[in-house]
Amino acid sequence: MSHWIIAPIVLPALMAPFIVLFLRHDVGLQRVFSLAATLAVGAIALGLTAAAAGGAMEVYELGNWPAPFGIVLVLDRLSALMVLLTAVLAIGVLLHVIGTGWDRRGRHFHALFQFQLMGLFGAMLTGDLFNLFVFFEVLLIASYGLMIHGGGTYRLRAGVQYVVFNLAGSTLFLFALGTLYGVTGTLNMADMALRVGELPAGDTALLRVGAVLLLMVFAVKAALVPVQFWLPGTYANAPAPVAALFAIMTKVGAYAILRVYTLIFTPDLAATGSLAGDWLMPAAIVTVIVGMVGILGARELARLVSFSAIGSMGTLLVAIALFTPEGTAAALYYMIHSTFAAAALFLIVDLVDARRGATGGRLVDAQPMAQGGLVAAFFFAAAIAMAGLPPLSGFLGKLLVLDAARGAAQVWTVWAVILATSLLAVVGFARAGSTLFWKPHALPAEEPAPQAAPATTLPFVATGGVLAIMALMTVFAGPLTGYLQATAAQLHTPANYIDVVIDPEAVADAGGGAHGAEDHDGAEPETGDHHEGE
Amino acid sequence: MSPALIAALPFLGALLPGLMIRAGRDASALVTGAATLLALIGLLTHLPAVMRGEVVTAQFTWLPALGLNASFFIDGLGMLFAGLILGIGLLIILYARYYISAQDPMGQFYTYLLLFQGAMVGIVLSDNILLLLIFWELTSLSSFLLIGYWKHLPEGRQGARMALAVTGMGGLALIGGMLILGEIAGSYELTVILENREAIQSSDLYMPALLLILLGAFTKSAQFPFHFWLPHAMAAPTPVSAYLHSATMVKAGLFLMARLWPVLSGTEAWFYIVATTGLVTMVIGALIALFKDDLKALLAFSTVSHLGLITMLLGFGTPMAAVAAVFHIINHASFKAALFMTAGIVDHEAHTRDIKRLGGLRRLMPVTFAIATITALSMAGIPFLNGFLSKEMMLEEASHTVWAGSHWAVPALATLGALLSVAYSFRYIVHVFLGPERDDYPHHPHDPGFGMWAGPALLAALVIVIGVAPWLVEPLVRSFAGAVTAGDLPDFHLKLWHGVTPALYMSGIAVLGGAALLLAHGGLARLWQAAPRPEAKTIFDTVVDSAARAARAFTDALHDGAISRYLAIFTVAAVAVAGISFLGGSFAAGGRALLAVEIIPAIGWLLLVVATLTIVAVHRRRLLALVLMGVVGVMISLGFVYISAPDLALTQLTVEVVTVILLLLALNFLPKETPRESGAAIRLRDGVIASVVGLGAAALIYAIMTRDVSSISQFHLAQSYYGGGGTNVVNVILVDFRGFDTFGEIIVLGIAALSIFALTEALLGGPVSRRLVNWRYDMARAGDRHPLMLVVATRALLPIALVVGVFIFLRGHNQPGGGFIAGLVVAIAFVMQYMASGFAWAQARQNFHYHATIALGVLIAALTGLGAWFNGRPFLTSDFGYITIPPLNEFEWATAIAFDVGVFLTVVGSVMLALASLSRIARRAGETVNLEPMDVDPSKPGGRSERQER
Repeated sequence: MSHWIIAPIVLPALMAPFIVLFLRHDVGLQRVFSLAATLAVGAIALGLTAAAAGGAMEVYELGNWPAPFGIVLVLDRLSALMVLLTAVLAIGVLLHVIGTGWDRRGRHFHALFQFQLMGLFGAMLTGDLFNLFVFFEVLLIASYGLMIHGGGTYRLRAGVQYVVFNLAGSTLFLFALGTLYGVTGTLNMADMALRVGELPAGDTALLRVGAVLLLMVFAVKAALVPVQFWLPGTYANAPAPVAALFAIMTKVGAYAILRVYTLIFTPDLAATGSLAGDWLMPAAIVTVIVGMVGILGARELARLVSFSAIGSMGTLLVAIALFTPEGTAAALYYMIHSTFAAAALFLIVDLVDARRGATGGRLVDAQPMAQGGLVAAFFFAAAIAMAGLPPLSGFLGKLLVLDAARGAAQVWTVWAVILATSLLAVVGFARAGSTLFWKPHALPAEEPAPQAAPATTLPFVATGGVLAIMALMTVFAGPLTGYLQATAAQLHTPANYIDVVIDPEAVADAGGGAHGAEDHDGAEPETGDHHEGE
Repeated sequence: MSPALIAALPFLGALLPGLMIRAGRDASALVTGAATLLALIGLLTHLPAVMRGEVVTAQFTWLPALGLNASFFIDGLGMLFAGLILGIGLLIILYARYYISAQDPMGQFYTYLLLFQGAMVGIVLSDNILLLLIFWELTSLSSFLLIGYWKHLPEGRQGARMALAVTGMGGLALIGGMLILGEIAGSYELTVILENREAIQSSDLYMPALLLILLGAFTKSAQFPFHFWLPHAMAAPTPVSAYLHSATMVKAGLFLMARLWPVLSGTEAWFYIVATTGLVTMVIGALIALFKDDLKALLAFSTVSHLGLITMLLGFGTPMAAVAAVFHIINHASFKAALFMTAGIVDHEAHTRDIKRLGGLRRLMPVTFAIATITALSMAGIPFLNGFLSKEMMLEEASHTVWAGSHWAVPALATLGALLSVAYSFRYIVHVFLGPERDDYPHHPHDPGFGMWAGPALLAALVIVIGVAPWLVEPLVRSFAGAVTAGDLPDFHLKLWHGVTPALYMSGIAVLGGAALLLAHGGLARLWQAAPRPEAKTIFDTVVDSAARAARAFTDALHDGAISRYLAIFTVAAVAVAGISFLGGSFAAGGRALLAVEIIPAIGWLLLVVATLTIVAVHRRRLLALVLMGVVGVMISLGFVYISAPDLALTQLTVEVVTVILLLLALNFLPKETPRESGAAIRLRDGVIASVVGLGAAALIYAIMTRDVSSISQFHLAQSYYGGGGTNVVNVILVDFRGFDTFGEIIVLGIAALSIFALTEALLGGPVSRRLVNWRYDMARAGDRHPLMLVVATRALLPIALVVGVFIFLRGHNQPGGGFIAGLVVAIAFVMQYMASGFAWAQARQNFHYHATIALGVLIAALTGLGAWFNGRPFLTSDFGYITIPPLNEFEWATAIAFDVGVFLTVVGSVMLALASLSRIARRAGETVNLEPMDVDPSKPGGRSERQER
């Protein structure tokens, strides 16, 4: 029994209360422990990814209860990849936060940050739908705490909208879960996958309702049109480094869609068939348009980046909505890419904000900023990545998505929309960059000189590191897509996952419940070693 | 040298100039030149092989999933273009060393230039069309940086953006075209595609592929109607104009057409689209060039015109036309780059490029004059210069091209183009260098140093050599053109004298007519200025600005910030999606019998409905609404009791109490009435939505609750005692079967409390703080803040409540109860004290730290879970057994109890921290702290205690 699978959840879950309990008055110590824990999680994630790379899956039965009766965590290639992605992003964001001193602007940043990580890792590792709900709550409430970190009227107002909209999503999650439990009688994903295949015909209508409501819940997280409304206000008003971390939050929605609709409601399942793809594809296409149009129309840098995040989610979900191994592999590449691209852009938003004084990120004339050359170079690179131009990973990601769309019914729409809206993104980013970084040099210099720059180099290291990852993703696209293809193949053969999670004997033993009791012959339990050896 | 290395060298070299600039501008230029020279030498080592018709290749696997390989090859066409790019690049680097002033960042310039050079070489050596696309987009990006190099100039910024938008659009179209091409050919490798002419031309997808690819080529090569970006790109420093916008980048489109010529050309569609576009571009470009007063604009439009000429030749689709095209590419690159450099020299020396302010420079700048004259005459197509040869070949091809049945249309227009070309070429010489010397130049001009004129002079020499002895380059042209036509070459010889051919007549007309046109230039120019013509920049700016405005309007209208609207859309979408999906399946009603309606539950149910409806009616009166919500909560709790869920009922009841109290305290600081914000129509809409959603939810719940399902809860029921050690299955589920969920949920509670605390801190540190300080309580207060009865009652209740809490906690595993409920009960007991005697008073008497309590709770829960590891079991595996404490009976113990302690502590801490946060706000708002537990204390003389402090 390897406990490493649960380490990414337990470590931050221990670190956060530890910080609150012992370090809450010393930000310096908080930084040390928070960063150490995040680095450790990163190392663990690497190990888990290596363990999963071979294709073997591992199941962790919490409380030693067998699936489907207890909660299980499942490590496969996808969950390992997601954990690694999150950990790497978290390290970058944390370095930036420490470098810029954002953690001093409010209380409990590091504790909330660790709780946020715990929620993310839990959502990625769990094999149980209700447990997924719980982790959605953890990451929602932690993200709310992070989002309003530092306060301010606009931020608090946006925070209310964020939490209200997402609580509505959580409510719907409960409806969806109730429906699915009412029809299938289980919460374990693998078990549900087994049971949905054997349902009587009269249950299919309700099953379909449960399936699409769940899709809707995940769509809220993934900021898919028409439930994307919470995103622009949230990302644009959150502290920019927090928004950078949030780049992974929308991916959790995408991850959940991938997981549930390749495992439970697969295209092969007669009751639901292409249901998910049918709803997802048009919505994703519209999302691409709404996002890219938003880039062109933005008045403010953070909002521009927020809409680019929406647009990239659209592209990602287009690939997911194909529900083919090629589409999934492309989606995974694009997912990694767009996480880092959005994160890099938000970190740059923070660099810009910090250097333009009262003007902040508004796209209006202002004096040149300190270290403007380097910030401009970063922005250029990140914008290239996000707009999907070479040489960074955005271009390859886009090509992979376009290529995977071959053979889909909507291939022409997908191609036309993704390519045409890329132009909107290019023009939007070029206008913004020109205003921010070039135009100031044309203005008469004012006294006093531009804001003195924050002297620390750590934020540049963080942003540069994230950009470097995207460069590496381009160079090593071959091996990376190799791993992702294997991941997609694993996802699209759900039988293996089910086999690993569900032990038919354990289910049969417990079978009718009452029988389970009889197996124990009604004996008085003498020791606590309950289901040992079962 | 490997072709891949040749393409990589400029990129590798691009790192150097930015660093070496620290060692001076010469060092920077030197490393730039060295990288280029090295690549050029590497390229030329392959020249003999290429001349023999061999193809040099290099291949690396890059992204096999996509069919994207880093494969490069050098054939004749690649050799030609790579040679031009690197060769002219060298001259430009030399020229730029003296052109770029000391104030400008030269390292940056050379870095950008090398990036561009690498991208360009990449395009022409790519053997994979996806790889080609990558380099293609890189040229757009690097040229964006180069055009915007002088970032303080608005023309530079706007020109850069325009170029990026137009070529970017073409690039995206090209992606589409290439994807389709790959789809037809089944491969993205050029060498494979080039062998699939029949398959491609007979495919249904040929037309879309052709159109998209041509869109890419035309935008890049500035073909009408996409020609407008090129003149605006001239805001770049002159070396950039000379390099990108005459010699190399704008020829990328031509390269692409030439590269795909074997598979795409030869169809009617190809001929009519490409040849016509080229012809129109040639004439229009030349016409505009004639009337431009800015030297660089003149040259820019002449470039447009010549690109049109080459496009037209490629469009003809005949091998001989392809030969002419290749030859003109060489010739144009040589004379136009030189011309741009002379224009730059004039600008550099005289500080103006306005033809109207120039003239008479021939004596002041004799060297420049000589170079400009030779190259301009070549551009005009005067014999003994290379421009003449290829122009003759073009006219020859045009003379026997039939366009839509017309034998004269193409020849006539081609002659017109040539005529205009002669006119503007002559104008460049006559209006700039000839005529009287002036005394009002912005700066007194003289010839520049050798470094600046060496490059153009070399090119001018080349112009003459090729012009006089064309047989020298004939093998090269043969090899290059052979690559375009895939070996299918006509028998041809490059020579000066072809005899008296139609082309010679056309040439003669062009020269004479052009000279005549120049004589009439003054009058014509006035006419031209007076004539209305569309201004491309205005149109482009209008289009982009209105697109941005429309995008802004659309986005703002969609995201108007109204959460009620967002939620309306969300719920409507959810109901619609669920409803439609429901209809796609089949539904059989559940078979579970309904319970008989008894009178008391019916009353409760009625109360619930009435309370809910009343909330809707009175929701603007918040206090009342809150009270009614309490009623709803109680009824729901009773409902749980009725359907035999005592744990749920207890939880619900305690949660209701805590929430209502906290909401009441919060409401204290909020307006007591909700303002009416929406009109009747919107309220009606919302009402309908709410009703539909409510009915839908009810129907769903009804459908679920009336059916039986075999669920995992059977196992829980069976295993609760034997496996979990408790008879209260709900509690065993909470702390054991699904303890991990509970672990998550207590963390949610803890985070919520920490967030409330952080939020309060942020509020009190912000502008809200001032508002609070100045806040005047707007309602009548009760005279008795801390009433005697309440104080006494809560004091009495406290120990009872604590005991009840402990009791509920301990019995939890076997009877309704548990840590969560116990935590709430204890928290309520404390909250009551605070309500009775004020927060500060109460807190002073039981000072435990709420943050720590929460953290401790989570830690205990987590460590309990971890404990199982030491037993070799997974996280949260419970253990239980029996111990006997001597005088007492046998006790059951379970690790789940420790976990439940964690739950308990977290709950207590969270509620208290939330309460403490609210009390902080109250303090800031001026709430006083009483030093006595109650306002009226009968045990004290006088009875009334007034001692309070802020």
